[in-house]
Amino acid sequence: MAILFLLIPLSVALVFVILAGLWWAIYRGQFEDIEAEGERILRDD
Amino acid sequence: MKFANAQATVYNDTVVRQFAIMTVVWGVVGMLVGVIIAAQLAWPELNFGISWLSYGRLRPLHTNAVIFAFGGCGLFASAYYVAQRTCNVRLFSDKLAAFTFWGWQLVIVLAAISLPMGYTSGKEYAELEWPIDILITLVWVSFAIVFFGTLGTRKVRHIYVANWFFGAFIIAVALLHLVNSAALPVGFMKSYSAYAGVQDAMVQWWYGHNAVGFFLTAGFLGMMYYFIPKQAERPVYSYRLSIVHFWALIFTYMWAGPHHLHYTALPDWTQSVGMVFSLILLAPSWGGMINGVMTLSGAWHKLRDDPILRFLIVSLSFYGMSTFEGPMMSIKTVNALSHYTDWTVGHVHSGALGWVGLVTMGSMYYLIPRLFGKKQMYSITAIEIHFWAATIGIVIYIAAMWIAGVMQGLMWRAVNTDGTLTYTFVESVKATFPFYVLRLIGGLLYLGGMLLMLWNTLKTATNGRSVDVQIPVLTAHA
Repeated sequence: MAILFLLIPLSVALVFVILAGLWWAIYRGQFEDIEAEGERILRDD
Repeated sequence: MKFANAQATVYNDTVVRQFAIMTVVWGVVGMLVGVIIAAQLAWPELNFGISWLSYGRLRPLHTNAVIFAFGGCGLFASAYYVAQRTCNVRLFSDKLAAFTFWGWQLVIVLAAISLPMGYTSGKEYAELEWPIDILITLVWVSFAIVFFGTLGTRKVRHIYVANWFFGAFIIAVALLHLVNSAALPVGFMKSYSAYAGVQDAMVQWWYGHNAVGFFLTAGFLGMMYYFIPKQAERPVYSYRLSIVHFWALIFTYMWAGPHHLHYTALPDWTQSVGMVFSLILLAPSWGGMINGVMTLSGAWHKLRDDPILRFLIVSLSFYGMSTFEGPMMSIKTVNALSHYTDWTVGHVHSGALGWVGLVTMGSMYYLIPRLFGKKQMYSITAIEIHFWAATIGIVIYIAAMWIAGVMQGLMWRAVNTDGTLTYTFVESVKATFPFYVLRLIGGLLYLGGMLLMLWNTLKTATNGRSVDVQIPVLTAHA
């Protein structure tokens, strides 16, 4: 099952990429006052 | 840095219109091929002895057409529409967006020619040969540039949750396609996979199940999180839950693939990991389903007279049903009965016809009139009839496949007291015949609804005209 030496690191790397995305979103304030964001799309047109 | 699209005053709806129309057209084509092969399973002589009409060649044509042509065009249309509307900015590049449209149509046409001719890499849901794979890669990279470029030049600070789902879908599909389609070309339209034997099987189902997770789930969840609130005119039930749903889903999905390879040469522990992750997936899936359905809380009466909302909400109930059924089927002891039977086919179609199909149709019914300067579709009665034809069709289809699948599983494992098999394989085929006919009836109903949608779409488009929609100028938000 040599293929796992490719797939496991790939998936682990992906988890880090996802974590980076989550970090970015949190520290850029994407999740502040989020319930208002759900309402906003109803007003755009 | 200043980008040209950030100065634009109108949205780019041309590419959205093109993709939306082709969603409906390819839906009819893909479902028609599905009906033909369903008929061939009941009456094999319907291939008329013509090689390119044989089941083995038309089946990948059906799956490619419904997933990548119908579903794919629907995803392009809605990702482009939702990104522009929620970011208050025109698409990042009109030229690249146009390239994704024409490039994707070319991929579909090449698939429709090469698959019946027998060109295949033999990988399920990734059958297309290497020159087409390269074209797919070019289109996909352009898609990513247009989509993320649009997000990057957004005029609104917050990125709406639907865009996260679309973004994850675009990145994951790029990765899956590149790894799984790695192959050594040995001639024009002929290549060998970079992997062999069980290694190849593992990569194939790592790809296959994540294609279900990211193409057929995450992408369409993006659709769901925009079009259900818009059609219901209510914000999503819990925006907080939608964010938890997103991160939980993408963190856990990658490892469910081995459940396609239970009781094979794959190491036992890998199979168990696949099973455990599949079971975990039930939680985020149902969180999302409940969130979508509960968006209607306090407005349930809208379901009574709005067939579009009914499409969207019933799609979620099929999503909930198949994301419960899936984890159950991934349990090894259940899989011992269900694997290789038509139960799997039924499961796939409750997700494909019920979830992906209905959510796409509902979203397109919302989208198409708006793209042609109309308030609503040409005929609401036709939407109503489509809804019932599709829903009844799905129920007939999956009920027939459940019964057929469990019956096949039980017949194959039945053993006499002396240890010999009770039934020959052909006896199970014979017993399945009535269910194949029932499945064909369900498929015909579903296709009939789609034909009605095509007529309704053409009527709406020819009665309306292409309008340029102004981008609202934002005041409070920055």
